[in-house]
Amino acid sequence: MSTQPDLLYSEEEEALRAAVRDLLTDHCDAAGVIARTESDAPHDLSLWKALADGMGLAGLLVPEDQGGQGATHREAAVVLEELGRAVAPVPYLTSAVVATEALLACGEEGELLSGLASGRRIGALAVGLHTAPGAAFTTVRLEGGALHGELTGIADAAVADVLLVPADDGGLYAVEADAVTVTPQISLDLTRPLARIALDGAAGRRLGDAGPAVRRALRTGAGLLASEQLGLADWSLTETVRYLKERKQFNRPVGGFQALKHRLAQLWLEVVSLRAAARGAADALATGEDTEVAVAVAQAYAAPVAVRAAEEALQLHGGIGMTWEHPVHLHLKRAKADSLTHGTAGAHREALAELVDLRAP
Amino acid sequence: MTDAAELRRRTQEFLSAYPPADTVRPDFLRARFDAGLAWVHFPEGLGGLGLPRSLQAVVDAELEAAGAPDNDPRRIGIGLGMAAPTILQYGTEEQKRRFLRPLWTGEEVWCQLFSEPGAGSDLAALGTRAVRDGEHWVVDGQKVWTSSAHLARWAILIARTDPGVPKHRGITYFVCDMTDPGVEVRPLRQITGEAEFNEVFLTGVRIPDAHRLGGIGDGWRVAQTTLNNERVAIGGMRLPREGGMIGPVSKTWRERPELRTHDLHQRLLKLWVDAEVARLTGERLRQQLVAGQPGPEGAGMKLAFARLNQEISGLEVELRGAEGLLYDDWTMRRPELVDFTGRDAGYRYLRSKGNSIEGGTSEVLLNIVAERVLGLPAEPRTDKDVAWKDLAR
Repeated sequence: MSTQPDLLYSEEEEALRAAVRDLLTDHCDAAGVIARTESDAPHDLSLWKALADGMGLAGLLVPEDQGGQGATHREAAVVLEELGRAVAPVPYLTSAVVATEALLACGEEGELLSGLASGRRIGALAVGLHTAPGAAFTTVRLEGGALHGELTGIADAAVADVLLVPADDGGLYAVEADAVTVTPQISLDLTRPLARIALDGAAGRRLGDAGPAVRRALRTGAGLLASEQLGLADWSLTETVRYLKERKQFNRPVGGFQALKHRLAQLWLEVVSLRAAARGAADALATGEDTEVAVAVAQAYAAPVAVRAAEEALQLHGGIGMTWEHPVHLHLKRAKADSLTHGTAGAHREALAELVDLRAP
Repeated sequence: MTDAAELRRRTQEFLSAYPPADTVRPDFLRARFDAGLAWVHFPEGLGGLGLPRSLQAVVDAELEAAGAPDNDPRRIGIGLGMAAPTILQYGTEEQKRRFLRPLWTGEEVWCQLFSEPGAGSDLAALGTRAVRDGEHWVVDGQKVWTSSAHLARWAILIARTDPGVPKHRGITYFVCDMTDPGVEVRPLRQITGEAEFNEVFLTGVRIPDAHRLGGIGDGWRVAQTTLNNERVAIGGMRLPREGGMIGPVSKTWRERPELRTHDLHQRLLKLWVDAEVARLTGERLRQQLVAGQPGPEGAGMKLAFARLNQEISGLEVELRGAEGLLYDDWTMRRPELVDFTGRDAGYRYLRSKGNSIEGGTSEVLLNIVAERVLGLPAEPRTDKDVAWKDLAR
């Protein structure tokens, strides 16, 4: 590598963060998110409208002449950090990142892309959320010009207006959501629920080849997911430190016990390391340099840190952390689900074995 | 004209006045110091030009391109990294003029007399005594973990000058002449077989009061300057990918397929990722410093590298299979430099055990992160208001 990635946040990126955080502070409190998970509408579409329509954030990755903001993955990563911190139930990663990248990979221009960029329409790539970049994925049958089959584990499909469906002819098809049957699945992550999609002779428009489009979409998703995981981990650490300064047992703040101080200091070190890895992946996606290695490194590192941060938060909150009322479970469920999303840490390490020539026996 | 362009011009002028090919090394280095090109962030007259530290790179690049000799900074790291900034901040004009030039040129090597057998993590509890005798101080005590003591002309020394006050307040900071007849240096052999460090016994060592740095009883504050600079030096390294200890083990993995097992493969990949992320974290810290936004990450970098070095070198010994049962050389030597990559995996494994002890133990660093970065309550202090002489020992 000739140059080092830019691992800092620019002033504009910090201003973007502040704006998103303000919005989420006002419109995405934990109690509201928990209440929503038990309603018929776990997604917060008015928050989505504010992010997409109000702030133009759904179109960050789309060029300006195609209805987007013409920004880069660095800015999208900052948005995802804040959404992760709040465990916001909005289809940002799925629609504004993964589905949008799939469309860009197909060279799709026009209404579909600009619809997603504006946030007026929501897209979902109909590939199981667990699928790693480069891994095999399930397709549906193309028979007599119509699509038949069933796909499961599709994140945010319940609110999608359009599904991007891979078929057995090697093509990726745009299918209107009202042409298929979408059935919610009871999901570990309450705030990014999965759904089953049944296609029974649905019409679709061929966008391009599914293989490269899915690979690019999932690689970008995996790389930017590290920033969401950073947000989750950072919240868990910050909230736990805050709580342990207040919480008193044995006539002193619990945060003064050295056993706990050391655990939190260790976690802090992992969170600042994750920040460097996540910025590295976002910058690599933005510049197109060293992308595969940077994404695999970030994902191999991020998932265990985000999970551990949430698990430590739960343990160190004591009994209150086990309650449905306290938001730590939202972060734990998201972090654990994220550790399977777009490939496990192990899958990304296996990819690295090839990429950096450390091959298996 | 920008500072950088002006500095480049000055360096080129200097190079034409002292062509490296025609100038003997000590003369060249002294002249470079006198031209203010030694460390440009130091004041004029003391080897610098009062410029930002980042501009040193301009000078170094010009000199390197011209094939100029350097001052072999690895050999004089304690002088450059710890003694010099402390002398600059607390020294008298006379002390600065006397000590800094030969320190920088390497004509006089420095060592550090801080730790004692009874004062490790609790450095402020040190018991080496300095007693006033007219215009001199008479020093008695024992110091330990002193690298370069057998090569050093001078030492930075902290000693107790008032046992009747709490421990942090009764310490004074001195420059100690290592050629004094009361100074005895003994090699301290380590688990690697060699002796990087020494024990230093001080018996009736006479130090002129003119060699005191800072006020009487102010030594703890002065020592903070020294120790902060030590941590800056540890945190500021810039590495390429596979630049640290992960390099040799990755190379062995690629070249020796017969050694590979599935268990080692999983562990190697995990450590490779950890090493790459630690490298990026260090790089991010460096970018923050350059941008003038120093982050608290520095406190954590030493923790991260200590653990990584230990785990990677441990894995490397296992990867070697039958060869892992061998060791390259147990001969007692007194190396001038610590060379992590010039020797076998077994040496790296044993030497890296010291990484979580030297320059602040990992346990103390975790306390520092918890208290100064996260703002968690400090450890209870039962010794704060007790005179040093009344502390339990």
